[in-house]
Amino acid sequence: MNFIETIGSLIITTGRQTRNLLALFFDTIYWIVAGPFKNKFVKSGSIFSQMVFAGAGSLIIASFVALFTGIVIAMQSAYQLSRFGANIYIAPMVAVGLARELAPVLTALVVAGRVGAAITAELGTMKVTEQIEALETMALNPIRFLVVPRFLALLIMLPCLTILADLIGIFGGFLVGVFMLHLDPYRYVTFSFKFMLWKDVWTGLVKSVVFGITIAMVGCYTGLKTKGGAEGVGKSTTLSVVTSFILIILFDCLLTGLFYFTQK
Amino acid sequence: MSKEIVIRAENLVKRFGDRTVLNGMSLEIHKGETFVIMGGSGCGKSTFLRHLIGALKPDSGKVFLLGKDLCLLNEDELDAVKKKIGMSFQSSALFDSMTVGENVSLPLREHAKLDKSVIDIVVKMKLELVGLRGFEDLMPSQLSGGMRKRIGLARAIAMDPEIVFYDEPTAGLDPIVAGVIDKLILDLSKKLAITSVVVTHDMKSVFSIADRIAMLYEGRVLEVGTPDQIRKSHNQMVQQFVSGSPDGPIKFFQQKDDYLEQLMK
Repeated sequence: MNFIETIGSLIITTGRQTRNLLALFFDTIYWIVAGPFKNKFVKSGSIFSQMVFAGAGSLIIASFVALFTGIVIAMQSAYQLSRFGANIYIAPMVAVGLARELAPVLTALVVAGRVGAAITAELGTMKVTEQIEALETMALNPIRFLVVPRFLALLIMLPCLTILADLIGIFGGFLVGVFMLHLDPYRYVTFSFKFMLWKDVWTGLVKSVVFGITIAMVGCYTGLKTKGGAEGVGKSTTLSVVTSFILIILFDCLLTGLFYFTQK
Repeated sequence: MSKEIVIRAENLVKRFGDRTVLNGMSLEIHKGETFVIMGGSGCGKSTFLRHLIGALKPDSGKVFLLGKDLCLLNEDELDAVKKKIGMSFQSSALFDSMTVGENVSLPLREHAKLDKSVIDIVVKMKLELVGLRGFEDLMPSQLSGGMRKRIGLARAIAMDPEIVFYDEPTAGLDPIVAGVIDKLILDLSKKLAITSVVVTHDMKSVFSIADRIAMLYEGRVLEVGTPDQIRKSHNQMVQQFVSGSPDGPIKFFQQKDDYLEQLMK
């Protein structure tokens, strides 16, 4: 009985949290869409500062991950392809693999760990020091004030970072192809894009938009729900990163399946 | 001091899980008075305060703030009422990411369509009232606890509210700074003709600032009266609280029998 009870309560809790998360999402969308009409939109200054933190701040780590991912895919592909004398096919493999899958997912995971955690820690600390309550007492809606700028920042910055990751990853593969495997540089570059369709690029970008929304929502939700002082902030931050990771992988699977089966 | 009622609570009941925190709380607060709410830890003071500012809704009972029934208002109407009140938090609740000036001017920037230069003047005036003029460009982390409290107060009065609520204004402050805060509360009350609702258990504060005092116990009002009436109260629990003695009808230690029994289990 205990086992079934545990499963049951787990399902109920997950259901409730999902409902609250969706409620936060719709509230955020409401403020973005309806806010300007009520003269209550968000100051552009706060959106820009969030964009700098989320985007510009994540540049180095995202590029680092992309570069080495490109290098690794190239080397792993070479391992098999060299048997068939087909090394040049490393180029499209790296390019398409990155565009469709690895650039959006790995960039999202990196950003979830850096930006998602920071959002949760910041909002969580504000919650336990009564700052959120202070906002509400001053008739300032915390969602409009705190969640919307972070949401928009991630929505805009994650696709940008993904495109950059695509290009840097291709460059990583280029390094392996040209300097390790002695392929012709011009051929490498043109072959990279020869097999790439626009669909590969935009499916990757749609994924990065979905991931951006996920990271923002999970980060803000866990932050605003924090209880219990410093320990609570630590717990929320961990929960935020782990949940973001799980949801990113889950949505990636769903979206990949969706794009695959609508291929005709 | 007129007898107009600005806050009325009628039979508030609030439960958190199976704990009944408010058990039929009723109070009336008059315009312009400094009303102190005191009681032991866990008697429901902070929960009650949050009902008065519209942050919590009771399970049953009504709250009237400035003549309006808070449970019947929609979000916009509630916002309109909130703009007429200010709150000073126990932890001062300043926004760490903004300077002192930005903290104090936040309600003005968001709610009032004033020119920046006018807002700057108002900020300077409010900081002068709390004795911290010139601190506009510092960050909250650079200030001491007492200074943060006072800045929080300046922010609470930025929009010239009709009522200011104070949640443990002197908690954790040294006696001199506590005295400064007490004087501030009295000054604001006189100079700005505002109603002050102070939740505290600092006895010295209570008797130096209060026009009327309410003592809470286990979610109800035990007694309401002027400082003199409270001091001369016949209620033993009130006397125990006022004198701060550990022995009396309000039990701190459990019965001796329980203790022995549980030790031996």
